[in-house]
Amino acid sequence: MNLQSDLAQRLEEKPILLMTHLVLGYPSFEVNREVIRQMADNGVDCIELQIPFSEPMADGPVILKANQDALARGVKVRDCLEFAAGMAAAHPGINFLFMTYYNIVFRYGEQAFLDHAARIGIRGTIIPDLPPEEGADFHARARAMGLAPIMFFTPTSTDERMREVARQGQGFIYVVARRGVTGAPTEMDAGLAAYLQRCRRATDLPLAVGFGISRPGDVAMLTGKADMAVIGTATIRLVDERGPGAVGEFIASLLAA
Amino acid sequence: MDRSMQKGYFGRWGGSFIPEVLHQTFVELRRAYEDARQDPAFWQEYVELMANYSCRPTPLTRADNLSRHFGGAQIFIKREDLNHTGAHKANNVMGQGLLVRRMGKKRVIAETGAGQHGVATATMAARFGFDCTIYMGEEDVARQRPNVFWMEKLGATVVPVKDGARTLKDAINEAFRDWVTSMDDTHYVLGTVCGPHPFPEMVAWFQSIIGQEARLQILEQHGRLPERVFACVGGGSNAMGIFQGFLDDAEVQLVGVEAGGKGLDTGEHASRMVGDRAAPGVAQGYKTMFLQDEDGQMLDTHSIAAGLDYVGVSPILADLGDSGRVRFEAATDREVLEALTLTMRSEGIIPALESAHAFVQAFKEAPQMDADQALIINMSGRGDKDIFTIAHAFDDPSWKEFIIRRGEEYAGR
Repeated sequence: MNLQSDLAQRLEEKPILLMTHLVLGYPSFEVNREVIRQMADNGVDCIELQIPFSEPMADGPVILKANQDALARGVKVRDCLEFAAGMAAAHPGINFLFMTYYNIVFRYGEQAFLDHAARIGIRGTIIPDLPPEEGADFHARARAMGLAPIMFFTPTSTDERMREVARQGQGFIYVVARRGVTGAPTEMDAGLAAYLQRCRRATDLPLAVGFGISRPGDVAMLTGKADMAVIGTATIRLVDERGPGAVGEFIASLLAA
Repeated sequence: MDRSMQKGYFGRWGGSFIPEVLHQTFVELRRAYEDARQDPAFWQEYVELMANYSCRPTPLTRADNLSRHFGGAQIFIKREDLNHTGAHKANNVMGQGLLVRRMGKKRVIAETGAGQHGVATATMAARFGFDCTIYMGEEDVARQRPNVFWMEKLGATVVPVKDGARTLKDAINEAFRDWVTSMDDTHYVLGTVCGPHPFPEMVAWFQSIIGQEARLQILEQHGRLPERVFACVGGGSNAMGIFQGFLDDAEVQLVGVEAGGKGLDTGEHASRMVGDRAAPGVAQGYKTMFLQDEDGQMLDTHSIAAGLDYVGVSPILADLGDSGRVRFEAATDREVLEALTLTMRSEGIIPALESAHAFVQAFKEAPQMDADQALIINMSGRGDKDIFTIAHAFDDPSWKEFIIRRGEEYAGR
């Protein structure tokens, strides 16, 4: 089943889905493994596995530091691929996606990267610095292989741009809730609601809303307006402060609201 | 798809690898840039502004003593050091300043390595009445205190960047992070011919004033075109500036000189086009040759000249390197200090450490050339205002003693 159908099926059973995120190798693969287990046990639907890059220009301070620390510890792309293969095999109920910057894919080889990702059971790719103009070939190949290329809507996107972007996407659309980088809070106001309506009109793909989603109230507010809430920086902060053991309870609290 | 036919591509290099949130900002920037480029009045205003504010045209100085010393080609020096703020950086920032005014934005941000581009942007912001924030690697803030002092005195806010290697590339990333939040009223004044389209092309356009002048000046003074033109290459803006005056003259050799640091075999350098540590890659919004490892992680770079200490190189220059139109060489830190000393003693001219890289290669080639042939060195900036850096590089004992005494005075001892 492709990612979009899988999400549609899940949405028949619950009002909103959850996608979480982690940086591979930060603070260690052992901690990653435990965090993923807790996420899986508490009802997460999708997990973004971020392959660290030295120049993560779209990320805020918390994820930036996680990228740097992972690299400083000597984490290699091949370690990330190997770890991801293990996770995909261990948690068949979770949709795993690779998130990274384009240079990692470019250096690995576009086709080789897609082949590898498909072989180990990854469901899609999220590459914030590969816009439709540069990624048309890559996105087409990914779609043909059943690997969903996740495209972005942002508050600065015109209606026309949203339709153009959505044409290259599959699986779902990553809706950036506000301007800026990851990690800062997002105000849940009338402006956001109107923006989400605009997104909805531009595509039939499910909408996953991220950037600044960190509390049960945020998820509750999105329910009915979006299909999936994306929790990024918040779990990294939580693991930094309270260790991986705190993740399960946090995830459960997000969905209970 | 044939990338070479796509806008913003130079052969296989360039492009625009930007987060979606900046798409609309770039649409508007490209439109403003293309409109300005179509408008002869814009360029005329630019040339008049540079004449009135920044001493343009800068002279082409005949260096007879150096020519005699090497006994080969006649050496000419294009004096970009005589620009306001002491370097060619002024050309780009004043041009972008005019564009910002045209776009109606009120705030500018910029990255800076050594601080040259930061100081130039701060002067431009003061002159045009824009708010100004400069991102600068923490390590560079510590190394380049005098430039930080001037930026702040000119009214800019200087933000030390504590991430990554805490140098130029990290300052660029941080400036982009600001821009994805503030794009509605803010323009990012990128300092060199790198980054996403239209920056390489646009900055090259503003810098082309160097080559336009140099071409007229050499024809007037020497009666014909030069044999060779030398320029240092960090990001590549001064090189693109002067090379554009001679690109169509196939007989003129164009030579770009990169930072050889402690030697190409040491790993401590910033040479992308020579040496074997660079490979094609995509970062900071564009595709070029980057100093990176096999996974695609950017490497730390080294140069005695902060302005050349950068992982990437202009996509336009990478393409001109591919086609063979520009030849690339590298100069080591040690060679740079020797060339700097010789130039000061022979001509009373003080090149910046960056510019001295071009002098090194010109000095290597001048003796093999004939006396009726001319070469031009683009002196991208002046060194005397970098006294802390240059005195440190020379390890000058009396300077150190002065600093120690001044330090004691400030410490109240």
